[in-house]
Amino acid sequence: MSYRAPLARPAESRRWSYTRFQQRLAPYVFTSPFFILFAIFGLFPLLFSLFLAFHLWNPLDGLGNWKFVGFENFQLALDARDQFWVALKHTVWIGLLAGVPQHLVALPLAFVIHQFLRRWQGAISTVLFLPYITSAVAITIVFGMLYSERLGLLNYVLGLVGLDPVRWLAQPELVPYSVATVVFWRYVGWNVILYLSGLQAISEDVYEAATVDGASAWQKFRFITLPLLRPMMFYAFTLTIVGNMQLFEEPFILTGQGGGSGGAALTSAMHIFNTGFRDLDMGYASAMSWLLFLAIFVLSMVNNYLFSRDGGRS
Amino acid sequence: MTTQPLKTAVPAPRRPRLRLPVGRAGLWLLVGLACFLSVIPFYLMFVWATLPSAEVFSVPPKFWFSDQLVGNFQKMMDATGGLALRHFWNSLYIAIMATLTTLFFCSLAGFAFAMYDFRGKRFLFGFILLTMLIPPLVMDIPSFLVMNNFLQWVGEPRALWVPGMANAFGIFLMRQYIGSALPRQLVEAARIDGATEFGIYWRVVLPLIRPILATLGVVTFVGSWNNFKGALIMKLSDGPIMTLPLSLRKITGGATNINVDWGANLMMVVLTVLPLLILFLLASRQVISGLTSGAVKD
Repeated sequence: MSYRAPLARPAESRRWSYTRFQQRLAPYVFTSPFFILFAIFGLFPLLFSLFLAFHLWNPLDGLGNWKFVGFENFQLALDARDQFWVALKHTVWIGLLAGVPQHLVALPLAFVIHQFLRRWQGAISTVLFLPYITSAVAITIVFGMLYSERLGLLNYVLGLVGLDPVRWLAQPELVPYSVATVVFWRYVGWNVILYLSGLQAISEDVYEAATVDGASAWQKFRFITLPLLRPMMFYAFTLTIVGNMQLFEEPFILTGQGGGSGGAALTSAMHIFNTGFRDLDMGYASAMSWLLFLAIFVLSMVNNYLFSRDGGRS
Repeated sequence: MTTQPLKTAVPAPRRPRLRLPVGRAGLWLLVGLACFLSVIPFYLMFVWATLPSAEVFSVPPKFWFSDQLVGNFQKMMDATGGLALRHFWNSLYIAIMATLTTLFFCSLAGFAFAMYDFRGKRFLFGFILLTMLIPPLVMDIPSFLVMNNFLQWVGEPRALWVPGMANAFGIFLMRQYIGSALPRQLVEAARIDGATEFGIYWRVVLPLIRPILATLGVVTFVGSWNNFKGALIMKLSDGPIMTLPLSLRKITGGATNINVDWGANLMMVVLTVLPLLILFLLASRQVISGLTSGAVKD
């Protein structure tokens, strides 16, 4: 910096300067859009929803025509016979059916690609990522065709090996599997990508040291890869839990608004949607959405606990 | 862990050797199967979109292209009352508006959080991260009510793209990238050259963060294009204002209804998926590495 600068500066800084003023102000202006939008489309709706959860209200009656009912909406939902529990059970079941295999497949797959097929990693990632990036509605319709009872490809293949056609979308005990398969298909590649990026962060030196010590491939996976991948596993599990608990498009398109025969694929998100927008019971729907929020929060905390129990620091 | 006395003269370690029960062919088979299962539904939708409607569900199934592409396009137009391309445009318009505004506002805020020190910075950024914990589902009902009873935006395309213009995920992604990829001296240098603060963002920072703009751009575009529930809730579900996913669901009438024209349906499936495929394939490397770069750090 030029030695003349100190001479010019003191005089300048004492006076009000537009340059300095806009430097001070700039970060606040630049970040303000988020806070303005959040106030209008986030915070206010949240508070409004909390308010509604304690009221009985049909939006067609207009603002102000709500009736305070206290905890009645919550009590109604928490009654064991209520549809809320049935839908929550479906949601968790479909979530497990889709979520557990996702990680059981994605983790070994990522390990194999990272360890042995590294030159092809880019191309393989792109292919596996395709299902994630495409339209849920469009792809669910294609799956619906594959599931078609008399003419679908799946039953055709079953027929080739001499098996009877299966009613993939009509048998209540099978529907969760059919829905979960679509969800599994869409997100398994996403998890592979997450695990691949986690694996890349593990230093090659650790593996080399293990090789020198005579570790087998399995030992390396068990004692190096798994522990060092914990943060990424935590992140991936969290995304799966939060996403699967809000499942909507796939069951909605596959089985229709009511969740198919016996309502077997009626998820919590669909139930809340139906209560709010079909039955126009906004208070009850709001209460249920807060209860679902609570359920997601509890599951996330359980996940968090399981991951921090031992070596959370590792 | 037990420690063993170090042997002297350890040979230089080489890349870990392959020691798996299946061998290389088995690995390729496994990964090949995964790739095959990933793309086969896409292949089928493109093939079937070219079949005459009567042959979409034929026994045995058809696995090769036919000549009804144009015919199916015509049927799709008929099935939507001539509005299919209008619905395509509606989705495109909303996705473009969402993408451009998101890129602008998120990079601007990300720039501020990465390059400035200001009072309340940590609190404000923490607050933004905290909002990521709100499940989108909780917002469905109240945001409809705000749009319906306060703003009267229900049935308007802007109900879909305005609320997400500056979102926590985008700001986080941008801050991570700008903070790690650009040195602060860059801002100082531009200031000495007499640039305004916005000028620094617009003329210096923005051109340098193209990779992460591509990532966030693709993600935002795809998310907006696929926003089925949002469009359903905001009632973009009638005649000319429908978005493409709603239009697709309307003409198929559910996934297993075989009494509709499946040539037309599949044509629309292709119309829905093709732009995303093209966009993603153009930027796939960038999207994948950008998305996972900030996943675990911080």
